Amino acid sequence: MRNEMIRVLMELAGANSNVILVTGDLGFGVFDEFVEKLPRQFLNAGIAEQNMTGLAVGMALEGKVVFTYSIGNFPTLRCLEQIRNDACYHGANVKIVAVGGGFTYGSLGISHHATEDLAIMRALPDITVVAPGDPVEAAAATRAICHTSGPCYLRLGRGGEPVVHGSGLDFKIGKAVTLFEGDDVALISTGGILHNALLARQALVDSGLSVGLYSMHTLKPFDSELVAELAVKTKLIVTVEEHTVIGGLGSAVAEITAQMSSTRARLKVIGLQDRFSSVVGDQEYLRDVYGLSVDKIVATVLDLWNGPRASMGLCPAGHSVVSVPVP
Amino acid sequence: MTELRAIMTTEELALNIRRHAVNMCHLGKSSHVGAVLSMADILAVYYGSICAKRPSEPKWPERDRFILSKGHAGAGVYAVLAETGFFPVEELRTHYANGSRLSGHVSHKGVPGVEISTGSLGHGLPIGAGMAFAAKLDGKGHRVTVLLGDGECDEGSNWEAILFAAHHKLSNLVAIIDYNKLQSLCPVEETLALEPFADKWRAFGWQVVEVDGHDHDALRVALDVDPSTGGKPTCIIAHTVKGKGVSFMEHSVLWHYRNPQGVEYENAMAELGVTIDEK
Repeated sequence: MRNEMIRVLMELAGANSNVILVTGDLGFGVFDEFVEKLPRQFLNAGIAEQNMTGLAVGMALEGKVVFTYSIGNFPTLRCLEQIRNDACYHGANVKIVAVGGGFTYGSLGISHHATEDLAIMRALPDITVVAPGDPVEAAAATRAICHTSGPCYLRLGRGGEPVVHGSGLDFKIGKAVTLFEGDDVALISTGGILHNALLARQALVDSGLSVGLYSMHTLKPFDSELVAELAVKTKLIVTVEEHTVIGGLGSAVAEITAQMSSTRARLKVIGLQDRFSSVVGDQEYLRDVYGLSVDKIVATVLDLWNGPRASMGLCPAGHSVVSVPVP
Repeated sequence: MTELRAIMTTEELALNIRRHAVNMCHLGKSSHVGAVLSMADILAVYYGSICAKRPSEPKWPERDRFILSKGHAGAGVYAVLAETGFFPVEELRTHYANGSRLSGHVSHKGVPGVEISTGSLGHGLPIGAGMAFAAKLDGKGHRVTVLLGDGECDEGSNWEAILFAAHHKLSNLVAIIDYNKLQSLCPVEETLALEPFADKWRAFGWQVVEVDGHDHDALRVALDVDPSTGGKPTCIIAHTVKGKGVSFMEHSVLWHYRNPQGVEYENAMAELGVTIDEK
């Protein structure tokens, strides 16, 4: 995702000299071509995120479109008040890019786990929050936020994420991408966990369920319309995010469904259960520990489908699935 | 009225800022009158004779940029903007009032002439550094001036910006410190000592000028920084008296928070040459 972001950003900056990239002294090697081609549009602000964000606002208010770049929580939580008071309140064209969403930097420890960023950014007024699901979405999102007025937060993985989308992706800020339609279960995913959601969906389909898959790459503005539609159309909505269950995708869906006069679907939020991970492990390992591996997503959905839902009479006969296939 | 203002001396402007400050804090029952009085002369000289501005065109591209980083003294900025024609002086009475656009801490929303909203300390200098950096990139000749409090210099974000501005030779950036030696609870030196203060800025690569912050001639010279020369940002350490102009507010931590009512209000205004009879 990171390389796609940089590739597109170079293209945008090449076409518009007001596009500036500011890094908080991170991104070893990845900006070499950018610096070589566009030296006047690159700035290393040093390890000083409060100043990086403040100066990005100052430049933005003078007509620049400023991308601030760092990893994990450094460009967001370390300088949260600069984002709130300076960027958001002034509607400044600052685009905050964080590499390392969720457990991307798993083994590095909790300082490098970005697992509350979406909730915290989403709570701020006047900001756009985007967490693309694969490199194709990352490229499209970079282009989209550059052309979106005001502050934006772009949460990326790192590198090597599998490509989920083919060419011709129709990417719009605030509009989820529908990968598959389905009548029983709606799997809604945000961020780099999309590929796991895709594999989980296939396993669920193989076990006889009709499962839709939606990439909710934008958490703000939120695609409430789609959620409202799915809440009526399907029987179970399952949200998947590499993030705490508080305040992120699951919460955003619940904020919609809980206020509807009637819904058909029950909601299950899959994510990190309000805790820090002191377990050491790489991204896939930690995803598994916290219920975000393909197997565990599948198991959670099937448990629900076959368990309380069935006893509540919400699961039509013939739809009950007994075995748990593992992809 | 506008013509009268045009011929106002900076001393008269400073006196008017002080009168407005006391009046606004009285009407709004609001804090920070001492912090406004301490910087009234700085504002008067800056807006009265230094700052390139067009009150009828607040966003004029070639204007000098001014940021009040000690946003709690917003009443002073509102007063000087009104006195120099950015909006009607009558509106100052709405400061702190329900439905007003003049919030306690300075806000740019709907207020002509205010560049940046502040209130949380340590925000102004990084933003000013970004504005100065952008001006250099674009080859523009305006100055960016940021007025900070002394207590505010406890904030680490300022020191990040101080490093940045010197590294990038932002000679178009001016930081003024309203050095009244008192912060929220007690004297600066008893809180987190800043001295040797000027040496710190010099060691960080800034050009430093120390000035009596109530001497208009000295301020006029100090504030008239040439943005195109020197290669260093400028720090003006303005030695001031908190509460300056009202004897019983001077050097007093109490008047960081207290608002003048009754006899205190009458006496304060009397010291500023205005007779009030509230009865």
